[in-house]
Amino acid sequence: MNAPQPSDDPQKTGHDAGSEIPNGAAAAAILSAAAGCFCIGLFGLLGDALPALARCFNFYNPTGPLSGVTTSAIVVWLALWSILSRTWGDKSLPMGKINASSFLLLGVGLLLSFPPFGDFLQGK
Amino acid sequence: MTALHGMGCGGLLLLGFSGALIELYRICAPGRFSLLNEFERKLLRLYLIAMAVLAWGTVLSGAYIVYPWYRARPPAGVTDYAPYPQQTLLATPATAGWHNLGMEWKEHVAWFAPIALTMAAYVVAKYGSDLRRHRHVREAVLAFMVAAFMVSVMAGTLGALINKKAPVQGGAVINFMGGTK
Repeated sequence: MNAPQPSDDPQKTGHDAGSEIPNGAAAAAILSAAAGCFCIGLFGLLGDALPALARCFNFYNPTGPLSGVTTSAIVVWLALWSILSRTWGDKSLPMGKINASSFLLLGVGLLLSFPPFGDFLQGK
Repeated sequence: MTALHGMGCGGLLLLGFSGALIELYRICAPGRFSLLNEFERKLLRLYLIAMAVLAWGTVLSGAYIVYPWYRARPPAGVTDYAPYPQQTLLATPATAGWHNLGMEWKEHVAWFAPIALTMAAYVVAKYGSDLRRHRHVREAVLAFMVAAFMVSVMAGTLGALINKKAPVQGGAVINFMGGTK
């Protein structure tokens, strides 16, 4: 008898359970990437709104607060990726929910990084 | 150096998106992923890794080499702002928006691209042919690639337009032609 072949039928692959490689590692990478993008928007907004925080973000003087905003977001992204990979690496997760959360974080991050929206939130 | 940042890394990255998006769209269509053979999968993996490297090269050279030249403050008493692009733009209300909206947006949102591309390269490298079983993962990778493409186009376009209004003049002067004899 032939061994069952993996199917590419969306009806059968809509949920990712039962795969050879669990989707946990991908879920960790996707959600942490979205969180990293969100942090860039959030830290940029906070640095703009709070001069004291902007001075803290000034990691490299020629680049200014941008150096701290991006470096901090990258640290959050990589730390979260590492933690989620260890937690989720061998699990199968509901990717629909992970994707929805990731797209939300990405969208909000994009919105926060848009200067007119940041000015609106700050009441400028 | 500005040309290397914008046209070398950034330009190549934007060109690379067309191939990556088409290939990822192909594998996202139902029943298509298994059509890629081992060589094509390996090629896609290398292609995405190269794009991630280019994206990191673009944002790092932009933030740590070009941006310091852009935001340099003129010494006291200097009235010619030409070598100081940020000051040139902020000097008149008609051009201030290029910095307050254009550069302020570009300098942050451009960083979305290397993060998204690193994730995409990792997922494709990690899962390989097993991606055929993960429709939602393929869709997420494609969506992040589209987002990375959009922010790269926006950042690249704003960078080119800002540099046209107030060119960054940092770094050594390179003369390709002999000039006066």
